[in-house]
Amino acid sequence: MMGDAAIAVMAAGAVGQGGMPFGSPLLAAVNWQAAFFMLFAALACACAVAVVLADNVVRMAFYLVLSLGATAGLFFLAGADFIGAMQLMIYVGGTLVLLVFGVMLTAQAPFVAIKPSSGDKVLAGMVGAALLAVLLQAAFRVEAWRRPAAAAAEPVAAAPSATPLGMALLGIRVDEPPAGAVGTRGGYLLPFEIVSVHLLVVLVGAAYLARAKRRRTPRAIDAAASMVSPQERVGVAGGVPAAGGRR
Amino acid sequence: MAAFLINTLGLPDWLAWTVTAVIAAVLILHVIAGGALVFIWAERKIAARIQDRLGPTRTGGRFGWLQSLADGIKLLAKEDLMPEGADGLLFRIAPYVSFCASFCAFIALPFAFDFVGQRLNVGVFFVVAVLGLEVFGVILAGYASASKWSLFGAMREAAQVVSYEVPLGMCVVVPVMLAGSMDLVTIAEKQAGWFTSWYLFHDPFTFVVFWVYVTCAVASVNRAPFDLAEAESELVAGFHTEYSGLRWSFFFMAEYGSMFLVSALAAVLFLGGWNGPVPVARLLGLSEGTGDTAGYFVRLLGCGNLLLKATLGVLIMMWVRWTLPRLRIDQVMTTCLKYCTPIAAAMFAGAMLWQLALPGGLIRGLPSWVSRPAGEVREGWLEGPGGLPAGGGGARAASPSVVRVMP
Amino acid sequence: MSQAVLAGFVTAAAVPTFAAGFLSAPVGVAHYLVVGAVLFTAGVVCMVVKRNALGVLMGIELVLNGANVNFVAFSSPDLRGGGPPALGLDGQAIALFVILLAAAEAAVALAITLNFYNNHATVDVDRADELKG
Repeated sequence: MMGDAAIAVMAAGAVGQGGMPFGSPLLAAVNWQAAFFMLFAALACACAVAVVLADNVVRMAFYLVLSLGATAGLFFLAGADFIGAMQLMIYVGGTLVLLVFGVMLTAQAPFVAIKPSSGDKVLAGMVGAALLAVLLQAAFRVEAWRRPAAAAAEPVAAAPSATPLGMALLGIRVDEPPAGAVGTRGGYLLPFEIVSVHLLVVLVGAAYLARAKRRRTPRAIDAAASMVSPQERVGVAGGVPAAGGRR
Repeated sequence: MAAFLINTLGLPDWLAWTVTAVIAAVLILHVIAGGALVFIWAERKIAARIQDRLGPTRTGGRFGWLQSLADGIKLLAKEDLMPEGADGLLFRIAPYVSFCASFCAFIALPFAFDFVGQRLNVGVFFVVAVLGLEVFGVILAGYASASKWSLFGAMREAAQVVSYEVPLGMCVVVPVMLAGSMDLVTIAEKQAGWFTSWYLFHDPFTFVVFWVYVTCAVASVNRAPFDLAEAESELVAGFHTEYSGLRWSFFFMAEYGSMFLVSALAAVLFLGGWNGPVPVARLLGLSEGTGDTAGYFVRLLGCGNLLLKATLGVLIMMWVRWTLPRLRIDQVMTTCLKYCTPIAAAMFAGAMLWQLALPGGLIRGLPSWVSRPAGEVREGWLEGPGGLPAGGGGARAASPSVVRVMP
Repeated sequence: MSQAVLAGFVTAAAVPTFAAGFLSAPVGVAHYLVVGAVLFTAGVVCMVVKRNALGVLMGIELVLNGANVNFVAFSSPDLRGGGPPALGLDGQAIALFVILLAAAEAAVALAITLNFYNNHATVDVDRADELKG
């Protein structure tokens, strides 16, 4: 269904569009790739702003999930299939789950909304606005970035990106060099190995940092736990097996 | 279908593609919803028979066919409750997050050669990644319910799902290695022929990996014996304690959708996908690649084949649920970290060495219609999504993985 | 509900009206850079303003994602308008390594935060003002 249709659409596009009994010329003029881009971009930007403005830390985590998911959609739109899937799996499915676990473990009732002072907020807002202005005007300065390549007028088949990326990580570049590139390009074998060892070190280090320690004097959190009555806490004491223990 | 809409009805490009996409999405939604309808009834009947009783026998005749429909009507008519201390936005949106994750993974799942929502080059990766996002709905539901039982259940389930993603990923990598591509259509294409060319029977390591995959898949969709997140005897109902009516049914549909998805994924990766144990189409002289009605019929047959295999997987999951006792959380974690992960890693290394040492299979010289070992040379694996299969592939060209229309 | 959702909806409503002209023009690298800039700025403001240590961590994630969007936009072969060549596969490889390193850094930062919480019963970063261990 889809595969044959793709070839047929390419042929039809070369001939020209058929008549338009449906829809107005305005609708037909809409570039639907741009429409989907706007959808994902609006979601990503709106949720990023919502992360800054929200007070409840669990809601901040939820908006961050939506923002990063929309960013994965943007990656798919730009043709980076593998990076989009990786963003979903590692960033959203891994890092954010870790973050939400951290939020649950530390979101005790009196501490769920720690507000900064308004002076800080105004100053930060001004700095943020200035930074955004600088970045936006830089984004539109280069003429070549404003429009896509002229060769993309007809339908484009995205090259499969997983195999060339995998080969590059093994040190062999099989993708075509961009026009005008000089010399040979190296692979990414050394960074790949370094990152593997780095992840192992991080695994061991994080497990060591968050381990349960035997203490002679009670910890501040245990003292606080004994003072605060059970009804006031929405705690997760003892519910999570990987928490490292609170005894 | 978009070609038909453009050429015959004269629709503009964008409208044709939108209509095609909407039809594909509605079809997938029907698979999930219709499947849930059938599976709910099947679960009650199977549970009843295993427990030596009859199950639903009144609604809709002797076998209680309409029981699921009656359940659905009851759930729709229930009062929409929300606990007092609950976080409004998160409480309302959690079931939809879970359902969206389960539904999005069907985009990349092929039902037959050309019956795939979007043929992704990284299909396997995408499906496993999106399956792992279901845990967010669970965590949000557990937190937003403002109830201890919900929070405990949600945390346990999140820990379990996230832990089992590791051996699941390793199990899934073995068929990817055998096929040389992460494209689900390619992986299933390469298992065409008799059942001896299924990856399940390719080498003993892959055979073991299949059973480890089954264990990890059952754990990652939170079915018994790994369902302590919903343990009625301990946690009332776990993370969906405070949910009732239509919201609860969304969680339920997400769970059955995920069960169907992991079964269909097992079928595509290990059991040949839409290729049956007997290559009926090839024996009849038909090929699935031609654009005419015979090819469409062959593909329909393949789709039915895959649905049958996936349904068998779901029924086996139900059978296991009502037979085995529930595992404790420490037993669940032990199974994952001490058994599934090392076994999956060792089998992966074994399958790799098998490919190196015996690329032609254990018995060489078998005709290609009996067995097609995965070690054969693949042409064009750099350009397109996988190479052409050995039999009957001359008729169709390698279709591109993604076509973007820019008017 | 909260002003966060309201502001989010206002932004989401403003962006399409502001970008109505873009809907009929194809999307170039500049549009992706705008998204990257917004994510980056939101992350920086988040890091500065939030007193919750986990809020600061979320700001760091937003910053890294803004940079990733830029890299992927430059690596895309069909978003350029002629001129200097695209980054190609290098952009995707860099984005891949950024994702990996961000995951590693988030794990360590969360371990530190959890340790701090166990010792001080709070995650307020303004209370981390003593230098003894």
